[in-house]
Amino acid sequence: MTENLSTAKGASESPASAQTMGRFRPPRVPLFKRVRESALFWPLAALALILVFDAFYAPSFFRIEIQDGHLYGNLIDVVNNAAPLMLVAIGMTLVIATGGIDLSVGAVIAISAAMGAVLINPALGNQLITNDILTRDATNTPLPLIVLADLAAGTLCGLWNGFLVSRGRIQPMVATLILMVAGRGIAQLITNGQIMTIYYTPYFWFGNGFILGLPVAIYIVVGVLILAWFVVRKTSIGLFIESVGLNAKSSYYTGINEKNVKLFAYTFCGFCGAIAGLILSSNLHSSDANNIGLNYELDAILAVVMGGTLMSGGRFSLVASAIGALVIWTFTITVYTVGVPANALLAAKAVLVLAVILLYSDYTRRLLNRFERTDRKTAPSTDVEQRV
Amino acid sequence: MFSTKRLVSYAVLFMALLVVIAACAAPAAPAPAPAATAAPQAAAQKTYKDMTLCYPQLGAESDWRTANTASIKETAAKLGIKQLVFSDAQQKQENQISAMRACIQQGVDVIALPPVVEDGWEAVLTEAKNAKIPVIIVDRSVSADPSLYAAHIGSDMALEGKRAAAEMNKLLNNQGAILELSGTTGSGAAVGRAKGFREDLNSNIKILDSQTGNFTRAEAKPVMEAFLKKYKPGTDFQGIFIHNDDMGIGAIEALKAAGVKPGEIKIVSVDGTRGGFQAMIDGWFQADVECNPLLGPQVFEMALKLMNGQPVDKNVLTNETVYYPDKAQELLPTRQY
Repeated sequence: MTENLSTAKGASESPASAQTMGRFRPPRVPLFKRVRESALFWPLAALALILVFDAFYAPSFFRIEIQDGHLYGNLIDVVNNAAPLMLVAIGMTLVIATGGIDLSVGAVIAISAAMGAVLINPALGNQLITNDILTRDATNTPLPLIVLADLAAGTLCGLWNGFLVSRGRIQPMVATLILMVAGRGIAQLITNGQIMTIYYTPYFWFGNGFILGLPVAIYIVVGVLILAWFVVRKTSIGLFIESVGLNAKSSYYTGINEKNVKLFAYTFCGFCGAIAGLILSSNLHSSDANNIGLNYELDAILAVVMGGTLMSGGRFSLVASAIGALVIWTFTITVYTVGVPANALLAAKAVLVLAVILLYSDYTRRLLNRFERTDRKTAPSTDVEQRV
Repeated sequence: MFSTKRLVSYAVLFMALLVVIAACAAPAAPAPAPAATAAPQAAAQKTYKDMTLCYPQLGAESDWRTANTASIKETAAKLGIKQLVFSDAQQKQENQISAMRACIQQGVDVIALPPVVEDGWEAVLTEAKNAKIPVIIVDRSVSADPSLYAAHIGSDMALEGKRAAAEMNKLLNNQGAILELSGTTGSGAAVGRAKGFREDLNSNIKILDSQTGNFTRAEAKPVMEAFLKKYKPGTDFQGIFIHNDDMGIGAIEALKAAGVKPGEIKIVSVDGTRGGFQAMIDGWFQADVECNPLLGPQVFEMALKLMNGQPVDKNVLTNETVYYPDKAQELLPTRQY
């Protein structure tokens, strides 16, 4: 593109003046391309596409009513259901940006949820759960302690992954695979292999509560997003993460402690998984070691990829990943609303993934570039006029 | 040098080992021939102490399954069988098949298989048959040829669906519209219950929409949420048929959020777990069709018969009934799952 620009300049001006011009004015990038190169463009485009589809085939999708003093509608469901995935995607973004991957987030969710359920229900270990205890609206542990224990459990899992990857020098996929497999086993051990139903009302606030008419979960997501954004963009940690992802060795030689950068990323991802586990178990009023957060690691990776972060690491955008997670859930709720038959659900999801992957491919990018170039050729004069 | 010498010596050792193993294995093969004459007496002496049973459990997706697992393990411990080879397939057919292959290789006495879906079992069942290992199909059914397995112990899923339909007809006075939350797509339970339900449902009751909740709370809740935005509870639909209690509990959460009060929508569920009983006490479920998971004693009894070559019934049904809210409070403490 820049080459093209300079030849366009050369046609009207001498090369020397072009150089001095360049000093004052950076090479002009067409608006569409600037928008397109923005990290937020593709996930937002995908979201818009699904919403446009809804506008035609399920107009009720946009209806929002007030029910018991809070907002109620499909869009609220999307946001509330997507919150855990958005959190996991934020954590996953940092891990992927360092050139790694965390397959264990689903298991971390299960561990965190199991922790909460077991601390609420008085039945521990092999103690048989009797019905009067099981259905009591009471807790064994104060709520702040439950939340702390949930978060601590998940963060510890993240720390474990971080140590395996940064100090143990194990490949991220292998290192996190250990916890992915073992994690649900740990969660089963905690809950004694049972699906534990939670009857403690204050605990439901995280997944079902509302502040000013909006779900609590979304405030949590925004909070974590601001926290993460502050840490990575207002300190140099974000830069370190990108540089480690691009080239770990040269980062090391420039004096960046790449071990600790990786340790930070995995620990933060575990922390995000823990909050997701808290919200999910609170939303479902239960902890099911086998199914809670199932396949979240894959959905989170898809969300990050939709957000434009390369699997090889480097540049990343937290907000774009969060929007990617929103796209996945908007799609899921749309599919339920439109009434796709159960046996076509997975095929429908496959179409979404295929469309996204195709949109992101180099081929599409080249096609769009070519489209712009021909656009320029047809109207070069206006371009030059503007510059002069 | 060291490597080549060692390698050669290892190779020789390995070969020697192979010969020994082959030598040990060889006499074992013709052994059945003389044993065959003494078979009736030898077989009759087989007891639970000799039994190695393989149970490739399909997962732990619901309270029902957890109870089923507990029943198998407890019965095995109580009878003191030689070995219970238990595995958890995480609701994946391929995991169940590989677990079965491992059991066949190990040469277990009997395999009891709770199949996750109906189709695709022919190959591995044939392998088991060729290895002369009888297979008992437990709980859900398979579409494979009945000659490939010894027997089926379980519930008649279509009958459960019919019972649910009868309850729904009564609750809605034979008219109105309902929604359906179905089980794992392609599973015997979901297929059978849906089929039986449709056969006996009054033709004046319309099934507005049906979607899978995969037998879990986590998946049933968003499905129900979407349904509630699309159809107005009370006016558009008056009842819900739910294929298991866990999905029912997920659906109740969605109904609560939509401001629906217990009893406004008539719900018929299947399973009869403690969660389902609690939902009946709270007024959400109007009927719960039982599906008994405590199959341990029946499975082991049949396994012993098969080991001893005694004839068994091809299809064994479990005793089941329908529960109603009026008895729920009284019965809840007696529920084991």
